Amino acid sequence: MHRFANPTAFMRIANAIFPWAAGLATVLFVIGLPVALVTSPPDYQQGDSVRLFYVHVPSAWISMLVYGSLALSSAAFLIWRHPMASVSARAIAPVGAIFTALALVTGALWGRPMWGAYWVWDARLTSELLLLFIYLGYIAIADAFEDPERGDKAAAVLGVVGSVNLPIIHFSVEWWNTLHQPSIIKMDGFTVDGSILLPLFLMLGAFTCYAVAIWILRLRSELLAVKLRNARMSEVNLASAAAE
Amino acid sequence: MSVFAAVLKRDLALALRQSADSFTVLAFFAIAVVLFPLGVGPESNTLAKIAGGVLWVSALLAALLSLDRLFTVDFEDGTLDQLVLSGEPLVFVVLAKTAAHWLTTGLPLILLSPVLALTLHLPGEGYGALLAALSLGTPTVSLIGAVGAALVLGSRRGGVLLSFLVLPLYVPILIFGTLSVEGAILGVSVKATLSLLGAMASFAVILAPWAAAAALRQATE
Repeated sequence: MHRFANPTAFMRIANAIFPWAAGLATVLFVIGLPVALVTSPPDYQQGDSVRLFYVHVPSAWISMLVYGSLALSSAAFLIWRHPMASVSARAIAPVGAIFTALALVTGALWGRPMWGAYWVWDARLTSELLLLFIYLGYIAIADAFEDPERGDKAAAVLGVVGSVNLPIIHFSVEWWNTLHQPSIIKMDGFTVDGSILLPLFLMLGAFTCYAVAIWILRLRSELLAVKLRNARMSEVNLASAAAE
Repeated sequence: MSVFAAVLKRDLALALRQSADSFTVLAFFAIAVVLFPLGVGPESNTLAKIAGGVLWVSALLAALLSLDRLFTVDFEDGTLDQLVLSGEPLVFVVLAKTAAHWLTTGLPLILLSPVLALTLHLPGEGYGALLAALSLGTPTVSLIGAVGAALVLGSRRGGVLLSFLVLPLYVPILIFGTLSVEGAILGVSVKATLSLLGAMASFAVILAPWAAAAALRQATE
């Protein structure tokens, strides 16, 4: 565990994973997208709208997966003070936010022909929306201080607090939803056929590999940003020392 | 424990001497509630239907406005550094400050709420549940708010950021608070929703001071 606290050791492993993740994502997208969007049969009830599903479900999956890793990174940072943990959390938060937004947008586009409305106060939709707000709050606080280290620490506390709160939010929204309106929508309303599962799993794999690849890319740029900042700081320090 | 009593006494004394602060929060609560009938119309059936939700949302916003001053003044004049350096358990300091915050904002909000509920034509059955739900829910509001307030200390755009962080976390309180009031009006047992509010309060009283103390330590480093 502590071996990974060293950025060089961490990046050696991450850089070794990167070509595999990026390559696998490319292969899975090349196979998965045509299967999901063209050759898979339209659903007997939903018609072609079912294809949105192949983007929507992986996005929602990534949005939760990323929050999980964000919370773990935050906890690791608070417990062991691993500098890489905060860099990792910083790098992955926007990825999570974008996939959450994507899940919401595709859900809305799917909802319009299926439910007759872009937005329904369904329990899942509502907790996904709140997850987006928590992501945005996380990004905002990580960036809100003059001293980036202070931002890292504050964001880590928020990440852990959010992970305790998210299940409570989800549960309460579900309760609220069932008491407020009769559930018009049943997710088990259609049979999940093999013809749906194949493209779904291809896209799930593709999205996951893509998220890993993007995360490593963002890790690299975050580390470069830290190096740049340190170089500038030492330049300023040298200049002020010379002036004295 | 002596640090708890000392900080609580100090914060209450400060709040009493600057009672305008608490008064402003109450005034905000009243104005926010009054805006709703002006917005949706004076029809008493509509108002009765939304009364519980309006009171809860306004109470949350009012409490949120007051969170800013929970740690900021102490942070700026250095008292917070002294408290951290004193070696006393910071968790009790947070707990005391939060308790003082609740006594000077949460409690007055609860006491004012029945009067405002009258203006919204809340049905008679709802009052007991409203008071019970607010009494169980507002301590959690102060506790979660303390975490948020400690996190944004010394940040740029603190106030807006604070509401952004804290409001999503308030959603469960809002939901069960409003459901309690609605349930009571419909004649359903509200034991379950009130118990959940109580559970969240007990949960928060254990975890929130710890998180807020960690945040305060970072802020004063």
